Amino acid sequence: MYVAVKGGERAIEAAHAWLAEERRGDPALPELSVEQIGQQLGLAVDRVMAEGACFDRGLAALAIKQARGDLIEAAFLLRAYRTTLPRFGASLPLDTGAMRIRRRVSATYKDLPGGQVLGPTFDYTHRLLDFALACDRPGSPDPGRESQAPGLTAAEGNAPPSAPEAPAKAAAMPRVTSILAQEGLMQPETPGEAEPPDLTREPLSFPADRPVRLQALARGDEGFLLGLGYSTQRGYGNAHPFVGEIRMGEVAVEIEPPELGFPIEIGEITVTECQMVNQFAGSKTEPAQFTRGYGLTFGHGERKAMAMALVDRSLRAAELGEEATAPAQSEEFVLYHCDNVEATGFVEHLKLPHYVDFQSELEKIRQMRATALREAAE
Amino acid sequence: MSAVPAARPAEDAAAEGGEDRSDGSAGRLAGYNLGYLDENTKRMIRRTLLKAVAIPGHQVPFGSREMPLPYGWGTGGIQVTAAVIGPEDRLKVIDQGADDTTNAVSIRRFFARVAGVATTERTREASIIQTRHRIPETPLREGQIIVYQVPMPEPLFRLEPRVAETRRMHALADYGLMHVKLYEDIARHGQVAISYNYPVMVNGRYLMAPSPIPSFDNPKMDRMPALQLFGAGREKRIYAVPPYTAVKSLDFEDHPFQPVRAPAACALCGSQESYLDEVVTDDRGGRIFVCSDTDYCHTRQAAQPREAAE
Repeated sequence: MYVAVKGGERAIEAAHAWLAEERRGDPALPELSVEQIGQQLGLAVDRVMAEGACFDRGLAALAIKQARGDLIEAAFLLRAYRTTLPRFGASLPLDTGAMRIRRRVSATYKDLPGGQVLGPTFDYTHRLLDFALACDRPGSPDPGRESQAPGLTAAEGNAPPSAPEAPAKAAAMPRVTSILAQEGLMQPETPGEAEPPDLTREPLSFPADRPVRLQALARGDEGFLLGLGYSTQRGYGNAHPFVGEIRMGEVAVEIEPPELGFPIEIGEITVTECQMVNQFAGSKTEPAQFTRGYGLTFGHGERKAMAMALVDRSLRAAELGEEATAPAQSEEFVLYHCDNVEATGFVEHLKLPHYVDFQSELEKIRQMRATALREAAE
Repeated sequence: MSAVPAARPAEDAAAEGGEDRSDGSAGRLAGYNLGYLDENTKRMIRRTLLKAVAIPGHQVPFGSREMPLPYGWGTGGIQVTAAVIGPEDRLKVIDQGADDTTNAVSIRRFFARVAGVATTERTREASIIQTRHRIPETPLREGQIIVYQVPMPEPLFRLEPRVAETRRMHALADYGLMHVKLYEDIARHGQVAISYNYPVMVNGRYLMAPSPIPSFDNPKMDRMPALQLFGAGREKRIYAVPPYTAVKSLDFEDHPFQPVRAPAACALCGSQESYLDEVVTDDRGGRIFVCSDTDYCHTRQAAQPREAAE
């Protein structure tokens, strides 16, 4: 006789135990520390902070460890923690013009005040696997054989030679878009006085204004935005972008408590900012000028910041009176689908039981086939 | 709503800015507020619920939070349950009609941990029933709340994906598109080709997605004595059907609504009325049918003489 499958609770517990074992891997190998992840997988940490919408390197590294390196799962862990935190205020706008620059490149000017600073970039590396990195210790070419040795101290011996340093330039590094704005060539952005809306407290509604769009894009999935940004370059959205500037470095975060009446600095965060300069043919009322596509991410997230800037500009199609025909120009399409925590939930929920719905589909299909076959026979 | 008086002390605490953070006693998870959500969030959700009840079938946007379970696993239903549950409540959680499916087990355990509430598998004993994809066979009564987990709150989304556009259609009660879809189904297949999440008209005004329950369950929604609440976490919408509200499955006079059910009897309890799951028993076409509502089936089996059940 048939007995319904039971024991869901025990199955879940066993699955969790197995998962914990898999996460740890071979216990003969030293366990990865959260500090190691923070230091040596820094770009993964940056991505998780950006998509998890929470600037905390330690928590992001912990999430990566717990998620076994699944960065979307890690972003989800961070978001689920973030949502339980009290929200006690909004910071003042970051002044990225005053950034302590680690990297700054412009594709529009050969030289400019402050100069070009390559910084720690992959840009001109030759993508050749560096087998020297596979050695845990100097003189052990085969990590597979040697790694079982106990008492590895990671730091010794394999630190790269320190990079040459130059004294920091005292000169200011004005933003390229400000240089263009002086000549009136760049469409100005009007600063808003109102406190920006908070996407995590109020649901999206359409038409969405630009602060909401930028918030959603800043939390959005890097891969999704990359694909969309790419599509605008290939003709789906008619973009003519130049990288006015990419800058990465540290900026101060300031708040202004009402009882004080003046701003105080509460810390410093690393951000990457990309300002794309786009052609705008002008309209009846406005002469031709450049318009801005803007991208900003936590940490060092250049690909994301650039893709975000492309998508931000293409979402301004309606505002600038451009024809909106491409996916990247549809704010509902972009904003409803760029969140990877939402997207992964809904795609993956298909693996939950759907027996009941499937059963009604089965009966429906059987009925419809029976009707069709009966009619064919008549 | 038995949950509301029980939750009131916590709400007063919220007004003062305080919360009922657990110290870990009484089996509740330490460090989290009763029902996981903070009191201000619960209050925001209750206000949304009041609006939803006042406009039956209308989708009300709310500031849905990220929950510790993934979107698609019932985050909307969980938030609604968390907002109405109190220590006096008795919670039943079902998925596909069953109390012992893994996701139902997981959600029930979540509430046992963060709310410390009593749980039950008996439909009659529950004050709140959170469900995915089914309405229990045992008729619900006054005072009970059924909370549906909703993946897509918009009944028109397959016909019109743009939310700005569907909002306009709801505002104008412009549901011609759905009627045309049903008409085309009948013209092409001789019947409406929707078997679950079958659209309903609530209180003669709003077209509503009943969540992916089989169309078999639709008639149970009509003038149900219990309060029906619907939570869509990812889509950030809440809607409701107050007790004794008319809920009509869309149809035509000459093609009345026909719920779908397998033409068989339950192999365990013999029921000819309940909704059945098909169970494949071998790879030679062998199959049996059993009740999807496990509580209903167990109750019937227990009431029968032993031999009859075997």
